Formats: sequence, structure tokens, C-alpha cells
Amino acid sequence: MSLDTDTVRRIANLARIKIEEEKMAPLADELNQIIGWIEQLSEVDTDGVAPMTSVTKIDMPSREDVISDGGCEDKVLANAPSGEPPYFAVPKVVE
Amino acid sequence: MSYIIKGHKHDWEIVIGLEIHAQVISNSKLFSGSATAFGSDPNTQVSLIDAAMPGMLPVINKHCIAQAVKTGLGLNAKINMYSVFERKNYFYADLPQGYQITQFLHPIVVEGLLTIDMEDGSTREIGIERLHMEQDAGKSIHDKDPRRTFIDLNRAGVCLMEIVSHPAMHSPEEAGAYVRKVRSIVRYLETCDGNMEEGSMRADVNVSVRPVGDTKLWTRTETKNVNSVRFMMQAIEFEAQRQVEVWEAGGEVKQQTRLFDPDSGETRSMRSKEEAHDYRYFPCPDLLPIELTQSYVDDIKATMPELPDAKKHRLMSDNGLSAYDADVLVAEREVADYFEIVAKGRDAKVAANWVISNLFGALKGAEKGILESPVSAENLGNLLDLLADDTISGRIAKDVFEIMFSTGQDPAAIVEEKGLKQITDTGAIEAAVDQAIAENPEQADEVRAGNGKAIGWFVGQVMQKTQGKANPQAVNKLLRDKLGG
Repeated sequence: MSLDTDTVRRIANLARIKIEEEKMAPLADELNQIIGWIEQLSEVDTDGVAPMTSVTKIDMPSREDVISDGGCEDKVLANAPSGEPPYFAVPKVVE
Repeated sequence: MSYIIKGHKHDWEIVIGLEIHAQVISNSKLFSGSATAFGSDPNTQVSLIDAAMPGMLPVINKHCIAQAVKTGLGLNAKINMYSVFERKNYFYADLPQGYQITQFLHPIVVEGLLTIDMEDGSTREIGIERLHMEQDAGKSIHDKDPRRTFIDLNRAGVCLMEIVSHPAMHSPEEAGAYVRKVRSIVRYLETCDGNMEEGSMRADVNVSVRPVGDTKLWTRTETKNVNSVRFMMQAIEFEAQRQVEVWEAGGEVKQQTRLFDPDSGETRSMRSKEEAHDYRYFPCPDLLPIELTQSYVDDIKATMPELPDAKKHRLMSDNGLSAYDADVLVAEREVADYFEIVAKGRDAKVAANWVISNLFGALKGAEKGILESPVSAENLGNLLDLLADDTISGRIAKDVFEIMFSTGQDPAAIVEEKGLKQITDTGAIEAAVDQAIAENPEQADEVRAGNGKAIGWFVGQVMQKTQGKANPQAVNKLLRDKLGG
């Protein structure tokens, strides 16, 4: 598998990462090296092996259905760059 | 019953699939301990997890899993003992994480089957592809500022069940019946309150059309923002008609997301964001798979209430109700509970009649729901007892019911207070009958001459003289005896 610069541009856009045009080609090279390195894993025969979801065999931790959090709108909004308490505010999203 | 759109070139049929988002009834959110109540002050039910602060980890709410399993069982579906949460990645202002935690390849519930009840009394079976659990998003408020959108994250992270049907419906009515049935079931199970106005149940509607006889699926559109069954049916009708016109004009229907506008009854294309549908799903590394056991599922099964279909069949086979009456009575759990109290130990058909005709009529007039009924189920039952043992006549019963509806009083007390007891004393009735005949010799002659209709007129006269309290059968019999009608 190999990424061309168009694919890298698309991924960057999906991830909302701004990348200068002249850095696209070098970045594609770097990513391709990483992918090539990871692709070595496909040499291992994994037929009939279930995907590993955890290194230790534990059940998923869970909680009871009780209200134990929230009510901290000051903290939640503290870092909002353009707050209009009690709301977050963002540039107009029009549907 | 088939729904066909007549075009110039073909007859067209509609293919409809529905994705219903049902908010799970729970105290706290799917992955955090914040409250879920509707209508609270903005951003007061948001934890640092819901706001996606760095380093926060989700911990699953057990009750939400149980609710999803219960709903799956109610939809006659298969419960997967192994299901996996994945991240669906997209950027949107009301999604602080930048991804929605949802289930994709391994949902918790698959392969359900729902029986829908059509207005003509017939039924159809609609296949359900899957039910999966996921997080709800926050709410965007567009009308508070001309240049900005405000965000309230109270809803962010509340547990949703997405219930996906097969593309198996072919008319707006079928889609409407399907949504009503899903709503009825989740309300019986108390897994979702089914409140479409508050958005705790929402439907996305997939619609395509194809020439009658074609078996492949043509390009579909997805319409969002339909928050009532009526709007959904309107949206389907509009969208199908639009697609037929596009195809017949030689154009091509584009696969796109559309919005329904309740004011115009039309759908319109949402400004399609490029690459909006590249969600890059992958298993959520913060969560382990849900692993269930059969005994866990069996325990939940043991707590299930009788569901509308089973109740409907019982009311038909044990109580002799018609399919129509049974449908009307079982659709809402509260109505069914009310009816069962009224009918207990009484004639179920009479009880059904009173609930459907008299009570529903009065409630509709007063714009009240069954839970706000001024007439309690116990009191309506008592009224039927007074009717059954001939304490009051059917006509008087209707008057008593009206008084009950406006005052909430006990029927026996009303009958006592207003002196409405039926006159069963033959002597008193006979006196009234004799008086009526004496006062109206011409009409009496008509009856004697064989005019059967005139006897009804005499019954009315006697009832008037007794303020409606005479037993109508006794009046009828006495008149026939005396006039030979």
C-alpha cells in the first residue's frame, strides 16, 4: 500500500490538520515508510486467530445507572474561546 | 394494499427503509455519570467526559446495555453475545470528541421482525436489520445570534438505540405503522419514552423508487429532521414523487441527505459537505467489547411485560374483541392498562365500546390524554356495573358519564344525588304508558293500524315523562301489549 499526495491531502482535511502544499510530498514519503514498516505484520499468518482487544483477559468495567457527575458548567466552559455562557459559541453552522 | 405512483412512462413503487434513533431511558449517560433529563439549563448536565477533555475515559452504564437487550428481545431479534464499540469520525460543533462512539461491524442486536397493523385490519411483517448502541450528539441552536451557533451539550453522550429496518416498506402508511409499532413496543418496555416532539425518538427516512416489477434497489435519498409520524409520511410522499419526476425527465436521482421542511411539506438537499461520508470507523481503544451470557439475556427476558401483539391476540381470543378495537386499545400501554381495569370481571365488548367511543370522544374534546382522564378506570367500571344490573338505563348512563367527566365523581353517588335510578316498577311505567296513549289518540290509532314506526315515537314520549328513567324494554313491551303493535 502506498499513499499519493492527493490521499494525504484528503486525510489532512478529514483530520482538520493544515499542511503547507510543499510539505505534502515529503509527508507522503514519511507516511509510506511507516506503512511499509507496519506492513511487515501481514507476513504473520493470522488465519483463525480472533482480533485481540486487550492484552489481559478482563471484562469491561461498568458502572451503575446513577447520576454522579455534571453540574460543572463553569469548568466545562472555562476553556471555550468564544463562550456565550451558558452556551458554547461557534461560527454559524448553516444546514 | 399497494401504493403506486403513475408516471408517464411507468408505474412506480416506493421502497422505504427507516433508521429510528430512540433515546434510552436511563438516569445517567452511556459513558458518564451526568444526568439525562430533558429541558434542564444549558450545559448543566455535562461532565468533563462529555465535553471530551483530554485524558477522560468512558465507563459504560450497565443499565443502558440491559435496555438495549430488552428492546432487542421486544423486536423479536437475536442478541449478540459479543458486540464492539467503534469510533465514527467526523467534525461537527455538537460533537466534542470529533468522533461518535457507536457500534458498526458487531452490533448488540441483529435480525428482528416486527408485525405492523394496517388501518384495514391486515398485518405485515417488516424485517429489522440491526439495533446498535451509540452516543447522542449535543444540540445546536441557530436562532440566538446572527453570526454564531450556540451549543448545548446536555444531550451529548445520552445513550441512543439506532434501529435499522430492511428496505421493506412500500407506502407512507406502512412506514407510519412501523414507527407507531416501534414506539408502542419501546414504551411498553420502558426503554424509550417515544416522545417525538422532544426528539427522544427521531427517524431518518431512506426512500427510493423503481418501476413496478423491478427487483433491484434504485438510488435512495435519506431525509432527516422528521419529528412526527405525519411529517414522515408527508416527506415520503413528496420525496417519492420528486424522484419519479427526476427519473421520468431523463435525469438521475443523486444519493444525498435531504431535510424535511414541515412548513412547506417538501424536502430539500442539505448543503452536501465534501467527503462527509468518510467516517473511518475503527474499534474504540478506550472500551472493551460487551460480552454477555445467555443467562443474563434470559433474566432480562423474564422481566418483560406482555407486549402489544400478545395483548392484542389475548383481547381477541379471550375477550372476543375485533382486531380494530384490540389495536386501538393496545397501542398505548396506558390505554391498555386503563381498559384492563375497566374490563376486569365485566363484559369486555361493552367495556371496549365505552372506552373507545365515550371516553376517547370526551378526552379528545377536552384535549386530554388518558392519564389526565377525569373519569378513573375504577369509576367507569362502576358505571358499567350500574348499567349491567339495570340500576340505570343506557341513556341515563351517558348522562351520568358526562357528569363524571366534568366532576370526577363516583357514578353511584351521582345516580343517588340526582335520583336517576331506572324505574323498574311496572306499575309506575304502566301509568306513564297509559297517560301517553290517552294524550295521543291519533298516534295510538296509527300503531293499532300497523304502523310499527309510531311505537318508537311512543317510547320517546314515555321516556320523556319519566325523565329517561323508565326501562326502555319494559316500556316497549307494555306499549305492544296495549296497542298490539
